Amino acid sequence: MHFEYFINGGDFSKAGQASSHFKKVLQQLNVAPQIIKRIVVALYEAEVNIVAHAFEGKIIIELQPDSVVMMLTDKGPGIPDIEKAMEIGYSTASPKVREMGFGAGMGLSNIKNNADHLEISSTVGTGTTVTIKVNLKSDQLTD
Amino acid sequence: MAIKHFHHALKIKTETCFGCSHCMKVCPTEAIRIRNGKAIFFENRCVDCGECFKACPVQAIYIDQDDFDRINSYEYRVALIPAIFIGQFSRKYSLEQIYSAIYAAGFTHIFEVEQSTAILKDQINRYAEDNPSKKPLISSFCPAIIRLIQVRFPSLVGNIMSLKPPLDITALYCRKKLTDEGVNPARIGVFYITPCAAKIAAIKSPVGEDYSMITGVINMDFLFNRVYRFIKNLTETDKEAIPVKPLSPDAMRWSLTHGEADHIRGRSLAVDEIHNVIEFLEKVENDQIKNIDFLELRACDESCAGGVLSNANRFLVNERLRSPKSRDTETDNNSAKTIEDYREYLDRRINIQEIKPRSIMKLDDNMEEAMRKMGMTKEIMNLLPGTDCGVCGAPSCQALANDIVLGDADIRQCIFIQRSRESTGELSSPDSLKLMKGIWGEDKF
Repeated sequence: MHFEYFINGGDFSKAGQASSHFKKVLQQLNVAPQIIKRIVVALYEAEVNIVAHAFEGKIIIELQPDSVVMMLTDKGPGIPDIEKAMEIGYSTASPKVREMGFGAGMGLSNIKNNADHLEISSTVGTGTTVTIKVNLKSDQLTD
Repeated sequence: MAIKHFHHALKIKTETCFGCSHCMKVCPTEAIRIRNGKAIFFENRCVDCGECFKACPVQAIYIDQDDFDRINSYEYRVALIPAIFIGQFSRKYSLEQIYSAIYAAGFTHIFEVEQSTAILKDQINRYAEDNPSKKPLISSFCPAIIRLIQVRFPSLVGNIMSLKPPLDITALYCRKKLTDEGVNPARIGVFYITPCAAKIAAIKSPVGEDYSMITGVINMDFLFNRVYRFIKNLTETDKEAIPVKPLSPDAMRWSLTHGEADHIRGRSLAVDEIHNVIEFLEKVENDQIKNIDFLELRACDESCAGGVLSNANRFLVNERLRSPKSRDTETDNNSAKTIEDYREYLDRRINIQEIKPRSIMKLDDNMEEAMRKMGMTKEIMNLLPGTDCGVCGAPSCQALANDIVLGDADIRQCIFIQRSRESTGELSSPDSLKLMKGIWGEDKF
């Protein structure tokens, strides 16, 4: 199944709408609650990143019975040093954004912790694409 | 296998119900539909919050209580009264008068539910310390909230603290105390005076416990009427006969909003009223709200003061219980054993089992099948008007679409679909009327 969401940069009051909607989809599909949590946390962090840093963005989600692939593409400043951006606590968020409770520098590392596969490609001055893959059945095997 | 049947205290009197659908529209879990002119419950969706009870204009929804005469089958008849019950009475009645009247109504012993809150408070703080991974820890106090989390927020069931609520701890205590005094346990009947429907459901089909310590449940409005009649006829000697040890101010306020949260270390929040709780838990579930240690969540507005079986106005009840010099009471200084003497006994028995989710959102157990059904739901949603008018007998277009996919409804129940199909000749007028009668009943046409 295919899902698409559009995101406006700077609109913090609406950050989280896509992840909220997609959570309901996963609940209807009887995905295990722990896996839903990982997907929603990763998606929410990525969504907030677009709101906080980019002008606009788009989320494309491909849902298969065994996995979910979420591709978040934005038009924005891009990330000059992806490795550095992955470090815990590293943040370029403005004081204003931090005041709203965002921008603690946990975003990308939090996404990484919840994803089974993470890919980031970025062009400075153009934008960033974050691709997050989460397996839907990993926990069932270990049960 | 898990038990499929859930006891619900909320029942519909079909002879009184005329299918007005007020209840269907207020139900926070979309558990009500209209069929043949009557409201029906989807049992697995209902969390016993009581919103439908409040919305019904003709009292067709009632709360199923135990027969009051059942108390007479026991020699020792314990009334477990919540502080809210005391708050039903104006301040001109003293605690002694209220208690005398409860005895006059037929009980031999009175235990206040909130006696155990001092013990529970320490246990919650210890539990929070021992289980840092469970943040935010969610209180197990309100049974409607536990059920709500089970059906709507399955990923949060692990956050509910595995500790007994005050009612169960006090029930355990009063049984132990009487047994220690030499009473044959078989002769003890413990009756809880409930301010809400959810507590009844919790006693009749416990979550996280194998059985309940409570023998029966009496609705608070029912006992209030009895007690009120007696209180007016008490003689002076009746009033003096019973020394009463009042609850501590903290215990008195425990069932009010913030009554619990204020005693838990760290960052504690209190949220009351079920829609507020749903809104808040959506954010907690998405991890949008972080760094909270403890959540006190209550289904009713103003917590238990707003229980559906509370006669008095919830704001007045709140004020009566909150103000420190609540009522004139002579403190009882006798040296009888108190719940503190049983602290160790109760501490050892305070844990409950892990609470299991039972999602109402899933379309199918099998994911491939669920995806197929979701595809169908999406297609149906494209055909439905999105007005959520409720004429189909379901609370929203989305609910109807899900019902259709699950085989519980027909797309032609939608009035917009009916009109279109009538105009193209796909559906005859008599057939269309028949469909409407199937939802709203013969007598409405």
